[in-house]
Amino acid sequence: MSAGARTRMRLRGLVRKESLQILRDPSSIAIAFVLPVVLLFLFGYGVSLDAKHIPVGLVIEQPDAATESLAGAFDRSEYFSPQRYDSIQAAEQALAERDIDGIIWLRNDFARRLLSGGDAPIAVRVNGVDANRARITESYIQGVWLGWLDDYARGKGQPVPSPVTLQHRVWFNAALISRHFLVPGLVAIIMTLIGSLLTSMVVAREWERGTMEAIMATPVHIREVLAGKLIPYFVLGMAGMLLTVVLAIWQFGVPLRGSFWVVLIASALFMLVALAVGLLISIVSKSQFVAGQIAIVVTFLPAFILSGFIFDIHSMPTPIQVLTHVVPARYLVAILQTLFLAGDVWPVVAANLGALLVLLLIFFGLVRRKAHKRLE
Amino acid sequence: MPWHVIALAIKEFLALLRDKRSRFVLIGPPIAQLLVFGYAATFDVNNVPVAIYDEDRGSAARQLAALLQGSPYFEVVARIGRDAEIAPLLDNKQALLVLHIGPRFSSDLQRGASAPVQAILDGRNSNTALIALSYLRAVVLEFNRGWLRQQGSRGPPAVLEMRAWYNENLTSRWFIVPGIVGLLTLVVTLIVTALSVAREREAGTFDQLLVTPMRPVEILVGKALPGMLIGILEASFIILLAVFWFDIPLRGSLGALYLGLLVFLLSGVGVGLMISAIAVTQQQAVLGAFLFLVPAVILSGFATPISNMPEVVQWITYLDPLRYFLIVVRGVFLEGDGPRLLVHQYWPMAVIGVVSLGIAGWLFRHRMY
Repeated sequence: MSAGARTRMRLRGLVRKESLQILRDPSSIAIAFVLPVVLLFLFGYGVSLDAKHIPVGLVIEQPDAATESLAGAFDRSEYFSPQRYDSIQAAEQALAERDIDGIIWLRNDFARRLLSGGDAPIAVRVNGVDANRARITESYIQGVWLGWLDDYARGKGQPVPSPVTLQHRVWFNAALISRHFLVPGLVAIIMTLIGSLLTSMVVAREWERGTMEAIMATPVHIREVLAGKLIPYFVLGMAGMLLTVVLAIWQFGVPLRGSFWVVLIASALFMLVALAVGLLISIVSKSQFVAGQIAIVVTFLPAFILSGFIFDIHSMPTPIQVLTHVVPARYLVAILQTLFLAGDVWPVVAANLGALLVLLLIFFGLVRRKAHKRLE
Repeated sequence: MPWHVIALAIKEFLALLRDKRSRFVLIGPPIAQLLVFGYAATFDVNNVPVAIYDEDRGSAARQLAALLQGSPYFEVVARIGRDAEIAPLLDNKQALLVLHIGPRFSSDLQRGASAPVQAILDGRNSNTALIALSYLRAVVLEFNRGWLRQQGSRGPPAVLEMRAWYNENLTSRWFIVPGIVGLLTLVVTLIVTALSVAREREAGTFDQLLVTPMRPVEILVGKALPGMLIGILEASFIILLAVFWFDIPLRGSLGALYLGLLVFLLSGVGVGLMISAIAVTQQQAVLGAFLFLVPAVILSGFATPISNMPEVVQWITYLDPLRYFLIVVRGVFLEGDGPRLLVHQYWPMAVIGVVSLGIAGWLFRHRMY
């Protein structure tokens, strides 16, 4: 038998063993197929940055036509569900107890100052604990206020009080639906889970159980051991990815404006990087406990927080921005967000694919250096 | 407490701390994560790259552009002169926003008519786009105020006076860092406890433990104590860093915080032991911990508000102990809450803890291989 044929035979045996191990362990299947679906539904339906029906308190100390028209503007806005309070004390109490997220307070001299034409103050208090939500709330309040000002001026026959008006057009995600930007990034998270977490525990388990020593006693080459581990998990990861993409498009209506083949190529490249990282972790840690912990800390959490999946990398401090360059998920998130929402923008896609390729070479180089067929 | 329970707890502790690698895993990564995520996890938007497309070139248009340039939120990266230049800038992410000032801007403004300007935004990250738009609106408002004053006309009849409570400068970090206290504490306790029984199952020593005169309740307590203790130490350390490194104000009572921490750890340890009792191997235990952890983090309100979720999903969040604890930490840190305002956060965590510990104890006895 030639060397090549022997390699093929041994590889086939290893792949078969590894595949059976995956199929017979319900937890691997759970990670590969149940978790993507659960995550997608959680993110698709559960995670949203789009605030609607924000509970706010309205305190109007002396109601008249003008204050009622302003209150009506808040009632009609889909962003608010206003509640009336008799006094500012009652409203502040409700704000402290987290019943409402903000207060709009018209003092008793509001109408008088409005008529005398001088900057009648509308006092606004928002709960700033969740800074992002508070900022969005403030901007919606501003929107209602501007609309009301125009109506008020028109009603009085006065000139419109805003000389410059801002019109906006949002490209790629016209309705600013946060789901459309979160779901593509989720593919990277799910592939990280399968590629790194699952894989890192597999080799660690072999060390812990002593089966690695048994494999070493055979004529199998270390390259074949690694390939035998990689192939089944690669297939598993790509299946998880396809499932996610299909659900993203058909279940959540995220548009895929770029080409599907580019999605496939980018994901496959990323999957290899994730697998290499997983193998590296397992080789270094040699125990499932440590491998599991490290995998969560160095792969899952960075993929979640440092990848631009939900937090914009551009807003991070410079040292952190530099750090994100070693997070593989960062590149896939950028590629997928662009492919799904904007289309095949080659400068973005090519640059990120190139970075993934560099990471792949680095991590595989490390795996090859660290993986020895020898006992300690 | 009978001495043998304490002995079991001590043995559990030693099993964790004797191993150099697992000792490191308990200490190193959480600190690194707190530091990295404390700085990275932000919804604040600054240095928005913006391109100005000024077809007017009048002095009013230049004034508006200057205001934009002076704003700390924006960074003017390009000035363009043709429609065709917009698409590549946005597509390639060189600019997030293009401000288009049309050719009739100055003349409209001089006539006293309403002069429109257009903003074209990259909506790939919808949140960033929304916040950038609101900053741009603030710039336009400022321009309007200045313009009206120059013309000697009156300002708008009513103005907004906005003030934020608890987080006056709307810093994302004040919201995220207390959240990380809950997140990391949950991760560490869950992993420690989820692996504790599974490891013994794999090694075969759990059967030996079951045939000792110890009752399942005692085994449960012995296994739960190390998780609780490690959780308290871990959380205390992160709280110290949050206060002294990140300068997050701690306005409420420490008692309220630690009471919350205690019931939170009870629930975390309970869920961890339950997973551990179900799992046969360590791998299953880690994956099980993960299957719980990921939804628990996502549905907790750590990054995105629970009130934005659909109602059905909001019901599910009531099963999530992290949901309650995040309200406790943020309440104590920023809002200065005492224990009385937080009672309704404490008891659900205690219930989750007791129920899951009960299930774990029952499973110890009834799930044998």
